[in-house]
Amino acid sequence: MLRAVLLALAALVWLPAAAVAEDLQTLLQAHKAEIEAPSRRSVGEVLDRLVASGLPGVPLFLERWQDKRVFLRASDGLFYYATPEGDGYLLTAVSDDRAAGTASRAEMTELRPNGGVRKAIADALVEFQLSDPDIGRRRSAVDAIARSGSANQLAPLRASIPTEPNPALKAAKERLADILAARFAPTADARVEAIANLGDDVSVDVRAVLNQILATTTGVARVLPEGANIARVLTPGSEALPVGTAYGLLVEAGLVPPVVGRDDIKAALVAHIEGGRVGGVAVEDLGSDAARLFAYAALADAGVVPPTLAPNEQDAALAAHVFYEEYVEPDPAISDAAGDALRAIETRVGAYQVADIILDALSLASIYFLAAIGLAITFGVMGVINMAHGEFIMMGAYTGYVVQQFVPGYTLSILVALPAAFAVTFTAGVAMERLVIRHLYHRPLETLLATFGISIGLQQLAKNIFGTQARPLTSPAWLDGALSINDVVSISYIRIAIFGLALMFLGLILFILKRTRLGLEMRAVTQNPGMAASVGINPDRINMLTFGLGSGIAGIAGVAIGLYAKVTSEMGADYIVQSFMTVVVGGVGNVWGALAGAALIGFLQKLIEWVNPSNTLAAQTYMILFIILFIQFRPKGIVALKGRAAGD
Amino acid sequence: MRRTFLSANPSVLWFLLALALVTLGVTVMAEAGTISTSFVKTLGKTLCLCLIAVAMDVVWGYCGILSLGHFAFFGIGGYAIGMWLMYARTEEIVALSLAAQALPPTAEEIRSAIGTQIFGVVGSSEFPLIWALADRPWLQLPMIVLLPGLLALVFGWLAFRSRVTGVYLSILTQAMTLALSLYLFQNDSGLRGNNGLSGLQNIPGLKGVGQDRISIWFFWGSAAALAVGYVFFAWIVSGKMGSVIRAIRDDEARVRFLGYHVESFKLFVFTVTAMVAGVAGALYYPQAGIINPAEIAPIASIYLAVWVAIGGRGRLYGAVIGAAFVSLLSSWFTGGGAPPVPIGFYTIHWTDWWLVLLGLSFVAVTLFFPKGIGGLFDLVQPRPVADRQGDYGPDAGAWRREEGEP
Repeated sequence: MLRAVLLALAALVWLPAAAVAEDLQTLLQAHKAEIEAPSRRSVGEVLDRLVASGLPGVPLFLERWQDKRVFLRASDGLFYYATPEGDGYLLTAVSDDRAAGTASRAEMTELRPNGGVRKAIADALVEFQLSDPDIGRRRSAVDAIARSGSANQLAPLRASIPTEPNPALKAAKERLADILAARFAPTADARVEAIANLGDDVSVDVRAVLNQILATTTGVARVLPEGANIARVLTPGSEALPVGTAYGLLVEAGLVPPVVGRDDIKAALVAHIEGGRVGGVAVEDLGSDAARLFAYAALADAGVVPPTLAPNEQDAALAAHVFYEEYVEPDPAISDAAGDALRAIETRVGAYQVADIILDALSLASIYFLAAIGLAITFGVMGVINMAHGEFIMMGAYTGYVVQQFVPGYTLSILVALPAAFAVTFTAGVAMERLVIRHLYHRPLETLLATFGISIGLQQLAKNIFGTQARPLTSPAWLDGALSINDVVSISYIRIAIFGLALMFLGLILFILKRTRLGLEMRAVTQNPGMAASVGINPDRINMLTFGLGSGIAGIAGVAIGLYAKVTSEMGADYIVQSFMTVVVGGVGNVWGALAGAALIGFLQKLIEWVNPSNTLAAQTYMILFIILFIQFRPKGIVALKGRAAGD
Repeated sequence: MRRTFLSANPSVLWFLLALALVTLGVTVMAEAGTISTSFVKTLGKTLCLCLIAVAMDVVWGYCGILSLGHFAFFGIGGYAIGMWLMYARTEEIVALSLAAQALPPTAEEIRSAIGTQIFGVVGSSEFPLIWALADRPWLQLPMIVLLPGLLALVFGWLAFRSRVTGVYLSILTQAMTLALSLYLFQNDSGLRGNNGLSGLQNIPGLKGVGQDRISIWFFWGSAAALAVGYVFFAWIVSGKMGSVIRAIRDDEARVRFLGYHVESFKLFVFTVTAMVAGVAGALYYPQAGIINPAEIAPIASIYLAVWVAIGGRGRLYGAVIGAAFVSLLSSWFTGGGAPPVPIGFYTIHWTDWWLVLLGLSFVAVTLFFPKGIGGLFDLVQPRPVADRQGDYGPDAGAWRREEGEP
């Protein structure tokens, strides 16, 4: 209680002194007219005054003004902050935000700054927010400047840099200061220096600023203008300046009369048909451009239509003029510096893009590897093409979906789904081997067809059970988002996880093949089934287990693929051809072959997509053509089995 | 004594007789109005499918090349005729609309109006280079056989030269088909992307003739093509060349050691069947009225193999029976013609379950009836089985469940 009284006393003593220095209300009253009805043009001066006053209440006032929470009371003509309360308003004083009674709705007038004014207020506010103690507000202030950079923000931004405690935000501020300085610094030297500082930054906004500085306009003149900051001279008919555009520029500059186009000639002729003739030519003879031009020329000679230029005259006019691109920026030193910086940045961006493509290709290759490794094993060991392999992938994905319906928590459900998918497809694979493939060992082409029959049956079955629409297989939250290194290089966590999964399976399969009894027997059967049978290995059993293993891995691949692509009954068909390509290119019956094939196909596809980014369909076409050609040179794949194992 | 071709192949006569009877029957019924125009078209299309099935049988059942690309050749034939049909049809429409204008149209105007009409759907009006011959049927129509033939020649030469055989070759042909259909799916392929070519049922110059008439003409044309194709292939697979071709299927290496140039034979068979597939496609698509890239997706070629396998490989009439039987049955089932089967807790709607049934029956045929439907004829008149003596020769594995069975 005592403390409150003392404080009130102190305030009483101190307040008059502050009022002498200047009170916010007084300052506002001095500019009452502009504040009441501000315009975009006039508000700048008021804002400058307010900011220059250095009064502590200014930032709050600006914020509330922007939010339309400042009111004018008719009775005393003072400004108040007001919040609606029942039928009226609860008022607080502008100077110190203390309660100042209530008022009815009728006597308060809300200040309604328009959009342009609010933007100006926001710009003025940014200066205060740059040094705000709250890091969130500082950050949003920096973002606001980055969005709408203007010349007058440069000085406050620079002023806030030395006192910035957060190193990351400090770096962002410094970079932003360079970006602003590159455009708005007062002297050419300062701008060149700022531009040079930007040369090692690959972010999109830096590139945008540099491109803005390097903006050009296309011009035309009889001779190249002296002293202009010319970017380049254009040749009409080149790709940058087609003849039609060039001629359009000439017309726009008023240097030549417009050419009458084909359609206009036609319209003019139609308008002047008299008694079945126009310009002395019968209408039925006007079925060619030459005849139409002739008739039009006759009309032009008669003075009824404006004359048109003959094609050779157009060429002469183009040849007589010079076309050029001129920088909007008049100072060549600055445009040169910006050009250099942009080139340097583009080189770096190129390097990062290569890194990005390599990452993309790696993740694609790991998907193909997962999809194909099972196929490679079964094909290698048994010489059997399993057309239903894609459907096993689909089966795995649907198993994941079903598991997610019953197991709560996405992390747990994925952990359950992986072995469940393996179990389901392993069983399906063994069943298929026992029931069908075993009977067709010496008829590989018929295996292909029989498994195809199973494939269409399974696909339709899945469609009947799960419907035609895509089912979601949701990844755990910790796999959401992407690891982005900068504006160019980023990779989603799911792809990293799939890469990890592929590596894990590579290790697992290598372990099974090289370090276990089953693997030993599998390799023996791959190399020479007859000999393997002679030394007491039961190829029947090995075939069954191999087929189960290959199918099981397909199931796991299905879960992995389902995490980032949609789960439909046709998803297997999307991967089956790529899987075959991987196996054929890599070489049969060899883990390293499948790996090499997957890597080759993944990288190749990304490379083609990079060369021709607009068209992924074309990318697949070219890739398949490449593979067909590749088979010409290495018919047995990259890693070919040698010796008698090679068969023929 | 040298036997004549027909006496050595009595099945050809029987086949021609059956085909003639079917043609006659359908014609009579169509004239009497018992069967609808659309069903006549379906039957005509089925005859085209029979023709490509015969070609497939020659390349697979006789020569042992499981080509999963013959439907691509079929599609190319369809596109080749479709370009001309669409151009000519659009030209008629455009000429009609331009004739209403005050000035007679220039050649340039006509061409650009046709271009806009055809390529408007893919946001273009320029004629791509591959349409260069579309306005001249006497140059465009030979493309029906030349384009598939050329593609098959180049592809086959590359593949056979590097001794790609067996399942590898199948996969490679499948890849070729996929590449082609993906290419055609693009809008800038110049063939209207996934819109395909449409309005092909309108034959230029036959404006006053109704579809009922055109459909029966096409039916006759398809029947004639099937008859000619059948006799042609029967002639190819009989005689010495037929023996070499079948020998290649049974053991390629031995034929090579006997001094035959295996690659040439395979290339010949592959190319000729591709050309016939092109002809079949050119007859099929005017009856279907529309062609789009989905038609030549790899799955179509696999179905082709399914038909031949179900009908019975290694006998031409088997392929015809398989194609006709399965494709008609398929349209009966998927068209809702088959009655649903209630099994207590669930009702089997054949539109949903037909593919499952087809898949299973296909597996069953491969496992239990490798001779297919055509094998039933052996019950009537058993085929002479070669009297093999001695060893079966090297094969994939020495381990056998029962000794002495290949």
